[in-house]
This record gives sequence, structure tokens and C-alpha cells, in this order.
Amino acid sequence: MSTQGAMVEVRSVRKSFGSLEVLKGVDLAVRTGEVAVVLGPSGSGKSTLLRTINHLEKVDSGSVSVDGALVGYKQSGNKLYELREREILKQRTEIGFVFQNFNLFPHLTVLDNITEAPVSALGRPKKGAVESARALLARVGLADKADAYPRQLSGGQQQRVAIARALALEPKLLLFDEPTSALDPELVGEVLDVIKDLAHQGTTMIVVTHEIGFAREVADTVVFMDGGRIVEQGPPGEVLDHPRHERTKSFLSKVL
Amino acid sequence: MSLVDPASDTLEALAPPAAAPPGGTGATVPRIVPRRRTGQWAAAATVLVLLALAVVSVVRNDAFQWDVVADYFLTTAVLRGLGLTLWLTVLVMVLGFALGTLLATMRLSANPVLRGVSWGYVWLFRSMPILVQLLFWFNIGALYPTILGIRTVNLLGPVTIAIIGLTLHEAAYAAEVVRGGILSVDKGQLEAAQSLGLGAWRRLRRIVLPQAMRSIVPPAGNMLIGTLKGTSIVSVIAVQDLLYSVQLVYHRTYQVIPLLLVATFWYVVVTSVLGVGQFYVERHYARGTAGAR
Repeated sequence: MSTQGAMVEVRSVRKSFGSLEVLKGVDLAVRTGEVAVVLGPSGSGKSTLLRTINHLEKVDSGSVSVDGALVGYKQSGNKLYELREREILKQRTEIGFVFQNFNLFPHLTVLDNITEAPVSALGRPKKGAVESARALLARVGLADKADAYPRQLSGGQQQRVAIARALALEPKLLLFDEPTSALDPELVGEVLDVIKDLAHQGTTMIVVTHEIGFAREVADTVVFMDGGRIVEQGPPGEVLDHPRHERTKSFLSKVL
Repeated sequence: MSLVDPASDTLEALAPPAAAPPGGTGATVPRIVPRRRTGQWAAAATVLVLLALAVVSVVRNDAFQWDVVADYFLTTAVLRGLGLTLWLTVLVMVLGFALGTLLATMRLSANPVLRGVSWGYVWLFRSMPILVQLLFWFNIGALYPTILGIRTVNLLGPVTIAIIGLTLHEAAYAAEVVRGGILSVDKGQLEAAQSLGLGAWRRLRRIVLPQAMRSIVPPAGNMLIGTLKGTSIVSVIAVQDLLYSVQLVYHRTYQVIPLLLVATFWYVVVTSVLGVGQFYVERHYARGTAGAR
């Protein structure tokens, strides 16, 4: 399923934790500028799939490539050699990752959270990094929170800072792992609005979520996973309104 | 975060709402009378009386020789001993924690050999009494008469042996304290740092260790005070620390008790200062937690 202009290509990825196989041969392609939303019940492997894309989880077999380059490995002949730590870190700077629990650094101010990676991983000058960070904070609506510590912010504000932190590396691809699942219901909207903005600006992203409404509104492709496999995928109008598989139908009937 | 729910230890929380009692037309709200705490008063009085008796007995007993204590408190010999105790403590703490941090990261590494070696080190040096270890190093010349062509006794003087012995001992405990601190940091912090492309050293120094410090500082403060007093053990290998300095005096003058009091006062003074220092260090590493500014 190699596609022209594919930003992400996942091929026959398998992954087990001990005796539990959580990914049973997954293929997925996401084109540049496309928004893919991954739905599925808990334990379906959707978060693990996302984490293999920036090599937070190593695959047992298969491969992942981003913008034409294999993630975490180098191919030589018929073998994939694992890259050195330094090279993997370099690749990760091109892939933004937003966690369910934000994972902001609690001992650093909002501004330091955002400038840390551009300065220390990309070697950008501190002054420029601070200016970009302030611009990003303005973009997520938190210009006045630069000097606050994460715990002084609401969950929604923290997640918006986490998005700004990921954007500070100017990644080619953004991965969201259930970005609103840890939030109070009334704070979900402000985070989804920021993600929608990014989507409208043509950012390539893969979003694992339980927000069906968000998927319908923003997704170019909806991917439904269950039991470590992709059950079906397609435009939201097809997968959400006219699902072909029984498993998709029963899942949607429970969450809609 | 308060351990006690602030609402539950106020009487207001336990009192019924200040509404008019049922049926009472215009009756006043009943006043709350705390129960009498006779037992507490009796216990306090007893303790105060015992304390007063102890103070009186100390002050009246001339054998304490408070004048001798005052005479020797600021003598050069004592201050010199105090100086050695202080720099030995600092040096052992710094070296011990440097080695301990290395051992802790080895123990947490993916490499089974490094993990095993670190575990073995902690096992061995925690099992060996510090006194035994000091005597062992003191007699190391029996095993290795020369090191790099230099006679061992010339290379390793008592002070060097004190530094080596105390550091190796300290490192075993420091390793466990640092390891506990690192384990207390949420795994998501490391994943976030990795996903941002931060290198291993940067992740440890900038992200993990500063957060680990919150759980490292209290036991490290304990260890610092323990080490300060623990250095007195080097008097057995004739290193002139605070204790050995007063011992040298009382071996000459036989004023054992007053000179031990001189040493005791100094240990108490330094320990108290360290306690104050720990307060500020803890406050520094509490940055970003609830309630901190």
C-alpha cells in the first residue's frame, strides 16, 4: 500500500508484551497534510501503534517510516539494523508527541518547558527559542502563562502547553495519544479547538481519541482498531455513518 | 499538601449548622464547650517537674566543670579538630554522593553486568561495619606493600584512609537514596524527554534528577548529620578530628567529662545549622509543586 506523498507508512507491524500480542500485523498509510483519527476500545492497540511511530516502543517485526525514512532502523540488504540512540533522538525531534497525561516538566516554568528541546536538542540560541515559545503560547491562547509552573494551570491549559512544546521543534508530524482523556469534560473543547486549528493549517497528524464528534469534524481518515488489528478505515462519512464491519457497528452504537 | 484535612480538625466542622433548634422559637444557638483535658495538663506538669529536676542536678553538680568547658570551647586545638571534622564531612558527602549517583544509574541501567556490579557493591559495603573497614584500609599495606612503586604506608596516610573508607561506606547508602529518588519520578517524564529528543545525560541532569531531589533531600539531610557525627570514628586511626582533639587534651588533663561536653556542644551547634540549611534546600526543590511560589 505504498503511496505517493505518504508521510507515515506502517507496514505489517507486530508487537508483543510478554505473551500478549497487542499489534497483530498493522498496515497504515497517512499522507502529508492528512489527519488520521484512530478509534477503538481500550486494549485494541491504538496507543501502542502510535508509540511505535516515534520508537517509544520497538516493533517486533515490520517497519515504520516517516517522510520516507525508517524510524529507529537502517536497512541494509534484507536486515534492519537498530540506529544509535543519538540518531533515534534526532528522528524524534521531527515527530511531535502529545501524551494523555501531558507529562509537562513540573519543576520548569511553562516557558522553560517549551524552550528546553529547541535549545538542548536542536542547539538553537536561547533568545530565538524564547521568542518562538512566546509566539506559540499566544497561538494556544496562553500568552500570559509563560512564567507559571504547570501545576498552577488547569488540565486543559497544561495540555495546550504540551502541544506548544511539541510544536516548538517544528515537527513534520504530530502524534496525539488520547489528548483529552485526562481532562474534565468542560475543558475538552479548548484542547480540541487547538488541535482543529492545527489540522486546518495542514499539519499532518495522527490522533488517538474517544471523541467521535471530533473525528467526524476533523478527520480525513478514520481508522477503527480492535484486538491489535485495523478493522476498517476510510473517510469519516463511511466509517462512522456506514460501517461495514459488525465490530465497528457495535462499538459505534455504544459510544455514539 | 496537608496530611490533615483542614476542615476536620476545627470544631466548626463538627458542630451542627447554626440553625435554630427544632421547635425553638427564637431560642439562641447553643454554645460549644470543649471537653476538659485533665490528663494532658497532668502529663505536661509531670514532664516539666522532671525536666526542672534534671536541670537543677546538672547545674549543681560541680563535676561537670562548666568553667573548664568554657575554657576549652574556643581553643585552637578544638577549633582545628572541628575544622577537620567539617571538611571531612563535606568531602565525604560530595564524593559519596557522586559515587552513589553513579552506582544508582548503573543499578537502573539496561546492562545486566553494570546492574550486578552495583548491587554487589551496595551489598558488600552495607554489610561491613565502618570501623572494620577503616581498620582494614589502615592495614592494607599487609596486602599490597607497595602501590605503583611507592610504599603503601607513605602513600596512604590516616587522613587519606579516613576519606577512602568513609566515602566507600557513604556511597553504598547514597546509591540507595539516589535510586529511590530516581524511581519516584514518573515514567512519563522520561518518555516526554525522549520524545523531545533530549540526550541521556540531559534527561538525567535536567529532567530526572531535579525531580528526584525532592525525595533525595530529606534522607540525604539525615545522612549528612549522620556523617558529621560518624566521622568521629576516625579517631581510632589517630586522625585529629573534633573528638580526637578533645581526647588528646583529656588524656593530658584527665578532665574527661568537660571535654566530651565541648565536643558535644560543637556537634549540636553544627547539626542545628545543617537542619536550618536543609529547610531552605527542600524549599528550593519544591519549586512548581502545589503551594510553592
